[in-house]
Amino acid sequence: MNHLEISQVAMEFETPTGPFVALDNVNLTIAKGEFVSLIGHSGCGKSTVLNIVAGLYQATTGGVILDGKEVNEPGPDRGVVFQNHSLLPWLTAYENVELAVKQVFTGKKSKAEMKEWILHNLELVHMSHAIDKRPSEISGGMKQRVGIARALAMEPKVLLMDEPFGALDALTRAHMQDSLIEIQARLKNTVIMITHDVDEAVLLSDRIVMMTNGPSATVGEILPVDLPRPRDRVQLAGNKQYNEYRAEVLKFLYERQRKIEPVPAISSEKKKAKSDDEEIAA
Amino acid sequence: MNTQVVNIINNLNIKGQTIKFFDFFKDPSKVFKTIGIPILSIAMFLVIWNAVASQIKTSLGQVPGPAHVYQQIITLYGEHVEERNKETAFYERQEKRNAKKLEKNPDAKVKIRPYTGKETFFDQVITSIVTVITGFLLASLIAIPIGIICGLSTTLYSALNPLIQTFKPISPLAWLPIVTMIVSAVYISDDPMFDKSFLNSAITVMLCCMWPTIINTTVGVSTIDKDLINVSRVLRLGWMTNVIKIVLPSSIPMMFAGLRVSLGIGWMVLIAAEMLAQNPGLGKFVWDEFQNGSSNSLARIMVAVVAIGLIGFLLDRVMLLLQKSVSWDKSAIIR
Ligand SMILES: Nc1ncnc2c1ncn2[C@@H]1O[C@H](COP(=O)(O)OP(=O)(O)OP(=O)(O)O)[C@@H](O)[C@H]1O
Ligand SMILES: [Mg+2]
Repeated sequence: MNHLEISQVAMEFETPTGPFVALDNVNLTIAKGEFVSLIGHSGCGKSTVLNIVAGLYQATTGGVILDGKEVNEPGPDRGVVFQNHSLLPWLTAYENVELAVKQVFTGKKSKAEMKEWILHNLELVHMSHAIDKRPSEISGGMKQRVGIARALAMEPKVLLMDEPFGALDALTRAHMQDSLIEIQARLKNTVIMITHDVDEAVLLSDRIVMMTNGPSATVGEILPVDLPRPRDRVQLAGNKQYNEYRAEVLKFLYERQRKIEPVPAISSEKKKAKSDDEEIAA
Repeated sequence: MNTQVVNIINNLNIKGQTIKFFDFFKDPSKVFKTIGIPILSIAMFLVIWNAVASQIKTSLGQVPGPAHVYQQIITLYGEHVEERNKETAFYERQEKRNAKKLEKNPDAKVKIRPYTGKETFFDQVITSIVTVITGFLLASLIAIPIGIICGLSTTLYSALNPLIQTFKPISPLAWLPIVTMIVSAVYISDDPMFDKSFLNSAITVMLCCMWPTIINTTVGVSTIDKDLINVSRVLRLGWMTNVIKIVLPSSIPMMFAGLRVSLGIGWMVLIAAEMLAQNPGLGKFVWDEFQNGSSNSLARIMVAVVAIGLIGFLLDRVMLLLQKSVSWDKSAIIR
């Protein structure tokens, strides 16, 4: 039996100008412990796919099956790391994780065990030193770490991450990627991660799922990344195979799924897409 | 000044924040801005008031200037002290009489009759403040839950919104007769805990001042960050946990904005209601003075007007402090 199966998912949004078909016939099966990246141009529907798996959106047709059960509402078995951390600003790092742990483990763990589990997860993301700080008192990268700790602490079957490091500077991002590699090596979670960053996708993933442009976006190509783990960014930089994988993704994005290119009069919407493209190239 | 004392005060350490008390006075421009400018503007206001007042003659004599009003404050305070003295004297007399009675006959039944003197200006102030706070608390107790429910459920919102919008603009003067009739019909008791007039005023205040809190709380609750709602959904938080952990904290700023408007409205409404219904309080004081029509009446009314303004201002400050103490975002600038 497949661990996670996304089958024939289509998503139609009601808009003032009529229905908008964002996704059409998206199919993907993911094995237990696999790390899958979703990559594609801005607005193609990556977040929509993730939200459907999370249960935050309901697919118009098709559906998601996790361990033999259909997903139709959100739940802690699918931990979500949101793009902008989404910590509760009025709670400390500890309390933010505590909220999730209490929700999942009340009745299963004793108070002392829960406390230990919260501290353990914060330690996993190297945040033990700031457990009593509020989100406003810690840096962006630290907030994202707490967000990851919160998701991990739920012991989810699948970890869903929507551009978890998108808002971070390059150095912090590299740092966070290394942390994630380390955590993944220890916990062997099933992960679906959305990214705009080709290097990040190749560095972290077992498979890279490349999506076609919307509307009616679907899975374009799937690239298995067969690099030995543990992976090290410095060593990989000179690795021939690593660079081939990178080239493969870039080709998909800029040759096969090239966005119809600029007419001089750029509307604001296109401008946004353009800056996102530049980010991919960076 | 003793340098040691200066040093101690200079380094007063409260919650890790060193208060540089004397440093404040070392910067003349800052002192001028925070103290000088307000004093100057108040002085200017008094001068203009004085000039304008001296130009207008009414049937009750000249419109009083600041000096006349100040003199009346002193008089009113004198009257208050006198009344209190009378009261203590009254009770002392009774006690003496009772003691004598008991001396003659230890089984004698003694009674202390309550003092029923005239209410002074300061008594009226206290009455008004207690009434407005009661009405406001009642209103908040009703308005906040309704606001939360309306914010969380679009169905309930569309059910209640027309009612809210219709009740909101109703003037206190329209509520008052209805409230008076209903209270006299429903609140019947041999030993009433509250005066009917107190209940009438408080309920009228409540009816007029709950709307801003309802509306603002609704808006605050319905505009919670979508990501936080998603967090709550992913965690499958229960209804109560969701409200306590996510909904309330994130709508506190909007809620308090509403509460402050509510309290302000409540205070204005109360004065009007007291005037109209002759219920004890500052409004009644103003009306009585107006009817009295002595040469000091206008000045005494102005004392009341100033007091009404200052108390309204003070009530708002108290709400502000309360907001600051419950607000999680200590860095937010709250005015
Ligand atoms: N609630 C919604 N209502 C209407 N249209 C929507 C809604 N959510 C998304 N869409 C549309 O669906 C498409 C896919 O959106 P989605 O957010 O999944 O893109 P994305 O790939 O995550 O983009 P980005 O990389 O910029 O985050 C977009 O064209 C968007 O306009
Ligand atoms: Mg997205």
